[in-house]
Amino acid sequence: MTSLPLNPPKKKLGLVIDLDTCVGCHACAVNCKEWNTGGHSAPLTDLEPYGESPLGVWFNRVHTFEAGDGAEGRTVHFPKSCLHCDEPACVTVCPTGASYKREEDGIVLVNPDTCIGCKLCSWACPYGAREYDYIDGVMKKCTMCIDRIYNENLEEQDRVPVCVSTCPASARHFGDLGDPNSEVSQLVRERGGYDLMPEMGMQPVNKYLPPRPAKRGAGDTGAPASLPDHEPGPVEAAGSGFLAWVDRTLSR
Amino acid sequence: MNPAYSVIFFTTASGAGYGLLIWLGVAAVFFDMPAHRWFGFAAFAVALALITVGLLASTLHLGHPERAWRGLTQWRSSWLSREGVVAVLTFIPAGLAAIGWVLLTRNGGVWAWLGAAAAILAVVTVFCTAMIYQSLRAIPRWNTPWVAPVYLAFALASGALLFHFGVRAFGLGLAWSGWAAATLTAAAWAVKLIYWSRIDGAAARSTAESATGLGHLGKVRLFEAPHTGDNYLMREMGYKIARKHARRLRIIALILGGALPVVLAAGATQLPDLAAAFVAAIAVISAGAGLLVERWLFFAEAVHTISLYYGTDAA
Repeated sequence: MTSLPLNPPKKKLGLVIDLDTCVGCHACAVNCKEWNTGGHSAPLTDLEPYGESPLGVWFNRVHTFEAGDGAEGRTVHFPKSCLHCDEPACVTVCPTGASYKREEDGIVLVNPDTCIGCKLCSWACPYGAREYDYIDGVMKKCTMCIDRIYNENLEEQDRVPVCVSTCPASARHFGDLGDPNSEVSQLVRERGGYDLMPEMGMQPVNKYLPPRPAKRGAGDTGAPASLPDHEPGPVEAAGSGFLAWVDRTLSR
Repeated sequence: MNPAYSVIFFTTASGAGYGLLIWLGVAAVFFDMPAHRWFGFAAFAVALALITVGLLASTLHLGHPERAWRGLTQWRSSWLSREGVVAVLTFIPAGLAAIGWVLLTRNGGVWAWLGAAAAILAVVTVFCTAMIYQSLRAIPRWNTPWVAPVYLAFALASGALLFHFGVRAFGLGLAWSGWAAATLTAAAWAVKLIYWSRIDGAAARSTAESATGLGHLGKVRLFEAPHTGDNYLMREMGYKIARKHARRLRIIALILGGALPVVLAAGATQLPDLAAAFVAAIAVISAGAGLLVERWLFFAEAVHTISLYYGTDAA
């Protein structure tokens, strides 16, 4: 059904992305492509992969922005994938029922067997989370790695989206944002996690943690804040000896 | 938005076809128009052909055209699905009214009601088409209450111009057809000018700052795109048109689609039928060209919020 679930999902699996610690290495994007090209929505096809202008399906992309100027300016790496919204316009515009939001965990998916490839869902998504596969002729998108998070063949610690497990900076967190006591919900509260483009009314589940305030000055290590002024004066010659005699003689 | 030719062609062609259906219904119900067989044949053939070709063109951009029937199932939530359902339903009364008019040369009584039903469903179809665009919050320049009036007004105007051409070509001499076509075309462009002034004057709804949530740090600008190449999102949603070209194209659309057809349709009312039909034909061709430019601009000028992640400041 393209209509949203009658009972809004209580469980809301999603990502919390820390813009303070993301180093912009693109590992999440690359490993996402790697896992998913053999996963639920496989394959993630490419056009001209070794040609002049390669183009392909990616569920996760890292943008880099500059914000502010001068000493206050920041460079912020900004990974973006599907936000698995509570009010996903991409689902309700779907004319076939191929796009759906799961009642059990809030994940938004596409059924590749009924998608007609009309692309309207990609027009309706404000965030650019939908990826058209030119070769398969259907729309694809981030699956929150449903083929990992419920996969009992994997070690329990690996049952997280691959972008989360691969992040070397631990900038990505996965959990139930519908549960106010979950670790991710607490993280959002502590760090002031926020929605992207709240004015669009999509109520995204994924949250972003803002960069922490820039540090101004060092912490107290016991050292003086600055060294005393030390003007090097004229070299005082020693009072006696051969060099002192040379110095006196030449200074005359 | 990337102006895909299939969608531009679909919306203008089917809009004109539905407009012509509407005027055939109006003429039968309110004006007791005589059921001239060959006029009816030509008019219904043109209307249904424009609608059918337009609908087929719109399936050309599907990844899986063979599954298009699935698009009729989600009418509860999707304007695209509603459009498909109503478009298919319209063929039933329209086909029956055509049979009455052409084979039985009757367009009164029950045949008039079938024509009226086709006209009402035609209005609803055009409205659904417009709502597909108007309902998209991610494209703020479409998400205004003026999109549906624009689509309805242009469908009525282009249908009236076709109707007027048919009336004069078959020498049926309905005095009002030329004036109706001229008035409706002028009115449609008045609505369009309001739409343009609204989208030009509208404040940005979303910005690079709200898209990233980094506005508290200062002005946000793209430093590095995710990759050096192109991607689907930029191809489909990232189309940009220079403001200079947009202004000139608007003038071209206004002259070809509005000024010329209005003058020709109004002027032709005083001419003998053959000359009037010739002038009316030029008005139809000119309006068609103008509408294609107008519809191209509708897509090309619409900024999608996705562009905010690729270096655009505001949408």
